[in-house]
Amino acid sequence: MKILVAVKRVVDYNVKVRVKSDNSGVDIANVKMSMNPFDEIAVEEAVRLKEAGIVTEIIVVSAGPTQCQETLRTALAIGADRAILVESDADLQPLAVAKILKALTDKEQAQMVILGKQAIDDDSNQTGQMLAALLDIPQATFASKVVIADGKATVTREVDGGLETIALTLPAVITTDLRLNEPRYVTLPNIMKAKKKTLEIVKPEELGVDINPRLKTLKVEEPPKRTAGVMVADVAALVEKLKNEAKVI
Amino acid sequence: MAALISLVIAEHDNQSLKATTLNAVAAALQISSEVDILVAGNGADGVAQAAGQIAGVRKVIQVDSPALADQLAEPLAAQILSIAKNYSHILAPATANGKNVLPRVAAKLDVAQLSDITRVVSPDTFERPIYAGNAIATVQSADSIKVITVRTTGFDPVAATGGSATIEKQSGDAAASNASSSSFVGRELTKSDRPELTAAKIIVSGGRGLGSGEKYQEVVVPLADALGLPWAHHVQPSMQATYPMITKWGKPARLWLPNCMSPLASPEPSNT
Repeated sequence: MKILVAVKRVVDYNVKVRVKSDNSGVDIANVKMSMNPFDEIAVEEAVRLKEAGIVTEIIVVSAGPTQCQETLRTALAIGADRAILVESDADLQPLAVAKILKALTDKEQAQMVILGKQAIDDDSNQTGQMLAALLDIPQATFASKVVIADGKATVTREVDGGLETIALTLPAVITTDLRLNEPRYVTLPNIMKAKKKTLEIVKPEELGVDINPRLKTLKVEEPPKRTAGVMVADVAALVEKLKNEAKVI
Repeated sequence: MAALISLVIAEHDNQSLKATTLNAVAAALQISSEVDILVAGNGADGVAQAAGQIAGVRKVIQVDSPALADQLAEPLAAQILSIAKNYSHILAPATANGKNVLPRVAAKLDVAQLSDITRVVSPDTFERPIYAGNAIATVQSADSIKVITVRTTGFDPVAATGGSATIEKQSGDAAASNASSSSFVGRELTKSDRPELTAAKIIVSGGRGLGSGEKYQEVVVPLADALGLPWAHHVQPSMQATYPMITKWGKPARLWLPNCMSPLASPEPSNT
């Protein structure tokens, strides 16, 4: 079974982002970029499925500027077999990415697509669901456990207040939640091997998809500032302060 | 675009209407004066009755079908799509369910989705947090139908009673014909006397600053107990093993926006 994994290059999760002074966006010049953490979990899950003998080939895909090649190389070092970069400097919104992934899923005849549940930059949480809809196949979002057997995927999902298990007929789209697995560290030999793996570059136009942005960001602002804290002696003092000073309870 | 009419997807478990629906209705009423509610479920008469009581609602559309019993994304999206063209805005609370189903609706309509809005600026412009709340973006949509999930804590709920909407029953054929590809296996909900985290106004939180799991039990849990509040946990994924895994608080986890959070002994939470 062929599996497609989508990865996004985002500002590293350890970086505290700053809003630009002209409110046009977030300053990402000279900021460390990494693979979206949820996507890393997606790649890891695909590699584990391959190690279990369920998956035969892992194709990792990213859409964005040419630097996304680094992100794809990381995925190859974790254990993906080959990579496709859909190169574009445009503002790629979830619907556009879903259309790109649909075109590639059709072309590669992938039986399953795994994505992170959301990117930690725009926090949209849409692409996987949109892809499933465009492909007219079932979806399991926020997965914390995936079992594949007899052409079916049984997925445990993290929902409000607990867990829910659903069964999907393949092909299907799965999006990962934090508890699905803990991604491995990439080793130097694997990084070297990853350099030799195929990385194909295509343009969105070649896939024939409409990537025009639908949403316009008018401005980006800082959230309200947080004031300095105080130390309290014990729980009773804190409750007292919350009740009488902060008046939140 | 002609008249502004909003459709709110009710959050429910076939027995009772979830309070998050009220926050979504509040957001919808800021967009348009005409708001309908879709109660898609199985044997959810009580939910439809409750939805009809919500202040400001014009009409409740009730769809009953076994395919909708478990709120699976495929049949529910199909059911929403069958009436989507009648509306200018389609909203759902940004709960696990809302986030699961609405992007499917948006993709089928070939429109963008606005996730997790916290403020309505105008019927086509909204504020939403990005970078885990470290920045607030004002976003405008040019699409003919706006598909929106609502950050429930961004809007004060409307009154659950006082309305008198008509209840219109519609057929669940659209859902039934899209029910084959996925099926429900089971559900395992954590029972707690405390409010659910997504619905809580106040959350007690503590993390790395506390030093150890024992310290967490010593300080955070008694405080939460003293207040009868839920508690959350500020952890990085790598640290989950060290701390009691109550729930995850931090960048890549779920996101809550309560009115107040008390980060205990945590000098500068790096990424809430």
